Amino acid sequence: MSTHKKLTDWQEKELAASLNRFPERKEEFFLHGNTEVPRLALPETIDDDYLEHLGFPGQYPYTRGVQPTMYRGRFWTMRQYAGFSTAAESNQRYRYLLRQGTTGLSVAFDLPTQIGYDSDDAMSLGEVGKVGVAIDTLADMEMLFDDIPLEKISTSMTINSPAIVLLAMYVVVAEKQGIPADKLRGTIQNDVLKEYVARGTYIFPPKPSLGLITDIFQWCSSNMPLFNTISISGYHIREAGSTAAQEVAFTLANGITYVQTALEAGLEIDQFARRLAFFFNASSNLLEEIAKFRAARRLWARIMKNRFEAKKPASMMMRFHTQTAGNSLAAQQIDNNIVRVTLQALAAVLGGTQSLHTNSRDEALSLPTESSVMTALRTQQIIAHESGVADTVDPFAGSYYIEQLTDSIELAAEELITKIEQNGGVVSCIEDGFIQRQIEQAAYDYQKEIESGERVIVGVNKFQIDEGDRNKPELLRVNPEVEEAQVNSLQKVRRERDETDVQNRLAAVQQAAESDQNLMEPIIDAVRAYASLGEICSVLRKVFGEYRD
Amino acid sequence: MNSQNNPYRVLIGKPGLDGHDRGAKFIARALRDEGFEVIYTGIRRTAAEIAATAIQEDVDVVGLSSLSGAHLRLFPEVVNELETRGGADIPVLGGGVIPEEDIDLLLKDGLSAIFTPGTPASTIIRSFTEACQQHRDHDAQK
Amino acid sequence: MTPRSETLLAGLKRHDPRAIGRAISAVENNEEAAADLLAALDQDLIDKVLVLGITGPPGAGKSTLTSSLIKTLRTQNQRVGIIAVDPSSPISGGAILGDRIRMMDHALDPDVVVRSMATRGRLGGLCASAGAAVRIMAAAGCEIILIETVGVGQSEMDIIRLADITLMVLAPGFGDDIQAMKAGLLEVADFLVVNKSDLPGSDALCMDMEQIFLKKQEETTIARVLQTVASENKGIADLLEAVNKFAEFLVTSGIKETRRSTALDAETLDWILEILRPRFMEAMKNNPEKKDPRIRAKELIHKNFRNITP
Repeated sequence: MSTHKKLTDWQEKELAASLNRFPERKEEFFLHGNTEVPRLALPETIDDDYLEHLGFPGQYPYTRGVQPTMYRGRFWTMRQYAGFSTAAESNQRYRYLLRQGTTGLSVAFDLPTQIGYDSDDAMSLGEVGKVGVAIDTLADMEMLFDDIPLEKISTSMTINSPAIVLLAMYVVVAEKQGIPADKLRGTIQNDVLKEYVARGTYIFPPKPSLGLITDIFQWCSSNMPLFNTISISGYHIREAGSTAAQEVAFTLANGITYVQTALEAGLEIDQFARRLAFFFNASSNLLEEIAKFRAARRLWARIMKNRFEAKKPASMMMRFHTQTAGNSLAAQQIDNNIVRVTLQALAAVLGGTQSLHTNSRDEALSLPTESSVMTALRTQQIIAHESGVADTVDPFAGSYYIEQLTDSIELAAEELITKIEQNGGVVSCIEDGFIQRQIEQAAYDYQKEIESGERVIVGVNKFQIDEGDRNKPELLRVNPEVEEAQVNSLQKVRRERDETDVQNRLAAVQQAAESDQNLMEPIIDAVRAYASLGEICSVLRKVFGEYRD
Repeated sequence: MNSQNNPYRVLIGKPGLDGHDRGAKFIARALRDEGFEVIYTGIRRTAAEIAATAIQEDVDVVGLSSLSGAHLRLFPEVVNELETRGGADIPVLGGGVIPEEDIDLLLKDGLSAIFTPGTPASTIIRSFTEACQQHRDHDAQK
Repeated sequence: MTPRSETLLAGLKRHDPRAIGRAISAVENNEEAAADLLAALDQDLIDKVLVLGITGPPGAGKSTLTSSLIKTLRTQNQRVGIIAVDPSSPISGGAILGDRIRMMDHALDPDVVVRSMATRGRLGGLCASAGAAVRIMAAAGCEIILIETVGVGQSEMDIIRLADITLMVLAPGFGDDIQAMKAGLLEVADFLVVNKSDLPGSDALCMDMEQIFLKKQEETTIARVLQTVASENKGIADLLEAVNKFAEFLVTSGIKETRRSTALDAETLDWILEILRPRFMEAMKNNPEKKDPRIRAKELIHKNFRNITP
């Protein structure tokens, strides 16, 4: 192994500190037999080019990962996105997942909750409890986390436009469990920009939405320092049909916008940047995906350092969650999906993800059953414990092709970001549809390739079989009575709460929204009195207006 | 593909709250490429809004997409709204993440055809063409 | 009058959305019922309606502006018609009529009548069917009709011919498009709307435009270059007020009358060509000759003109 001053520096500084804090899983790692697995394989000679493009793990530009020992220290967080029906039923599913060895919760909310409607709103018809759990008031949130020790787990919540309300509820639930906010770990998605281009659960226009996000950054930086205040998401952009390079470009462009907004609001870069998290898609092209993760990490580090002049290393580190690609799942021969998910999960791990959700085989048909969720989790566990890829850091580094692809994705993304900025920035590009059109075109071209057979999807356009009854797996159905039950329990809460108190607190929210005051505290006060999500959002709708595509 | 050089007019709608419109947009463009005039409503529309628009735009067929599992409530609702507004003759097709056992229920509730993930675009386009032609024939008899 | 055109006409009088939609389709598809129906429309309503053309480069915010104009007009209790024009694909003949998205918020308002139309690749034909759609909407009680087009070039010119008043929508950052337009569209526009006026460069763009509009400004004192932020509904009421004043000026000065009759002539000419085209195509096919085209044309007209029955 070559020696180099920079290498010794890294060993003495970053590596030593990391080993001290997180000892590795084993004293030494061996293959079957006696061959040792190195922590970090390096080129013969470490030159400036290597240092500029790759560097050492846990060191700028973080191409090789954000921690010096990566998964030798600790595996990624195995975090399965789940939630459906009522809070009580989802609570059961979470406890099942925790018993099965999942290490973080990831809450899926139903669409009415994500768009700020109560379950009894006319807009909620047919959607209550369908794609996630229905949350109307604090009472639901209390039930959701019943008997789950919030100081011991990290919780990720997929909530965007009304993120501030759900975060407030989470804080109050923890408080009632006796846990102060500064002990809470987790992530709130809170990424509204990608909703306008790819996911569709927007409520307010971009400007006030960015204001809400900044309120969360601000409040959390002093009250909830361990919580990731945003998860800047490329996942849905990719699901909507973008290419890998577009996924990186649009996600980072959104990230830049959030940073700029926070800076304009007077925050210091190193005060909030470490709590920005990212969320990417893992698709089936293994090599492209590995390169994509590495490129994204390097590009973000460069942007944070050079453009925003961040000083602290933690501000430059892109930490991300990954989910395997939902749109790659086929409704035909559904067991094939297990293989797809395995490849995708492998790409995420080889790309250095911090946490991972693996999709279940039956998700092209409906919500996943408990047994298929278990297989999905087992897939991660097999990669972690059996495949050996977690025993050495960034094993693909130095592959001519991977490095070339990493460079080219980074370059393509950078060019696209420049183009967005020349067109007036992300918000302006959303308003005139520039970003949406690019995604739409990429999606269209891809689907055309499938339709023509040029791109083979096994079991779908080639190697089809007549499946007969084999394609009728047991499906998880959300009982239609759930809607009624949820509406009843909401109305019960409304009857039992102190109505005058609720109205006063809602008025305080309105007043804060009309001024420039941070909304977090007034919203915490309102949820504490069991004001509903829909009530709070309709106050905000009144002040901010509504966005329409 | 179209009769007498008068393009078929179809409306593609997304009822409910689900914002995933990759499939709906693909079908809209694929139909355009087959010579249809396609009106797309955008996401998050009520059944009433979709039906009223279909009638105002005098379309031959309505196509719906839903991926959130709310199809059993939302698709028949569009059929009902069309009826109430004097558009009972306009056929409604639907697609999305729809379990097989729901298909018969939807057909019984007035949907003309249902497509599930993996249905080739050519099959979907053929269904649209047939439904449009039937609608025009029906119209011509009046 | 055929029974079908009678039913449609009665429907129009009742403001029945189905009848309005069907009547416009009948015209678009050249159905027999169309001629009868169009002849029987209430001419008084057609004379009174105000037709507003809205045009401009893609991305300037035309649909957003149209949508906020509708909103404001509805607060003034006006019954509004909208004709949204999108280009047909020259290859397939199909079209995506996408402007509808921005108007969906008015879908359940019975006094907002929207029709999306594709250009269908006909020379002048769009003008003919859009002109008929305007008259159908007027006969169905619309007091103001907005025609919005995203097509560039010929279809925009067609639309402008149909409108009593034309708004050109621009936004800061469209410098190149504006340069390209100076020669053509800009000159026929009555109003210049600088949208997204909260973006930098808006005031400079306005000053440039006012320079170009100096000559028009001689007609009346009504401001002709206006700023809006359509997405926030800003400047819309002022714009409408200016448009209304200008509409009055057009009526009193007799300009509206002149514009309408020019438009009718143009539309008539479109129909003449539409009717003649297939006949002469046929005649050319039957007499393939390698003569000079101009001489051949004269001969064909001479030979065929008296045989033509519309």
